[in-house]
Amino acid sequence: MLRGDVFITIIGMAIVTYACRAGGYAVLRVVRPPPFIDAMLRNIPGPLFAAYVALALSNMGPDAWLSAVLVVLTQWKTGSLGLSIVVGVAAVAALRPLIGT
Amino acid sequence: MVFTAAGIRRGIKAAGPLMIGLAPFGLVVGVVSQGKGLSLVETLLMSGLVYAGSSQLLALELWDEPAPLLAACLAAFAVNIRMAPMGAALAPWFDKLRGWRLWGTLGTIVDHSFAMGVADIRAGGKDAGYLMGIGISLWCVWMLVAATGHILGGIVRLPPGHPLFFAATATFVALLVPLWRGVRRELLPWACAAVIAVVTMKLGLPQPVPLLAGALSGAALAAWRERRGA
Repeated sequence: MLRGDVFITIIGMAIVTYACRAGGYAVLRVVRPPPFIDAMLRNIPGPLFAAYVALALSNMGPDAWLSAVLVVLTQWKTGSLGLSIVVGVAAVAALRPLIGT
Repeated sequence: MVFTAAGIRRGIKAAGPLMIGLAPFGLVVGVVSQGKGLSLVETLLMSGLVYAGSSQLLALELWDEPAPLLAACLAAFAVNIRMAPMGAALAPWFDKLRGWRLWGTLGTIVDHSFAMGVADIRAGGKDAGYLMGIGISLWCVWMLVAATGHILGGIVRLPPGHPLFFAATATFVALLVPLWRGVRRELLPWACAAVIAVVTMKLGLPQPVPLLAGALSGAALAAWRERRGA
């Protein structure tokens, strides 16, 4: 099944993403962005994911907040993304009956 | 600078260990995709053409009926603009390529292949095929695990709010860890991003406004502090 609105949205995302990948090389090779914009572009990932996580966790309860802490500890100590995700999901499953909302 | 089949093969071999890190991420994208009502074809189309997990997850979080064209494109831009400087950093290779080798290889850039590519350039690597080898093998694994996640999600028929969907949030929480460069550099921008995002949401503004407001204000604060040498 392939719906029209979904198809157009995916194509839109694909064009934007390819423009980020290839356009960066094509544009940044010839023009340097102003230093402030350059610094902002380099600093987007941290604040972006921080905002995302804050929005997601603000809609969840203490079970999710505690699980997020465990995810941070796991990622920090092991460096394994896969293990961190598993720990997070397992923690929510275990904690929700106890302290979940 | 060359672009050879041997280089591509070397890239494919180098991609092996990276697949282990990619697989759970792709599974999450597949499961969440299924949970948001995307068909297998739509999931594979998105994974194949967009091929950028964080932006796919973020767009899926904002997913709606009908599909949110503007929000998804903004999410893709906000997450993927970080890849723009990567192409510029790999310019020593790209400047020597033409046609499909140039524009095709650029399309396969992901965080992992960028990191390996830069390391290879610094170590004196001269074969740009290496980058495409990594990109292509990770792309194949990506399609495979996204499809697997979608099919598993369909078999198990997870209800909304099932703990497994916390995997999407957990992925981003975990991705924050390697981005942390110390309290002095990150604490204020990240806190600013989080507070602005949540306040904007509480004010009732629709997505992706809270997300972008948070991300851009945090990035602006980080840029301002960096430039005045704080």
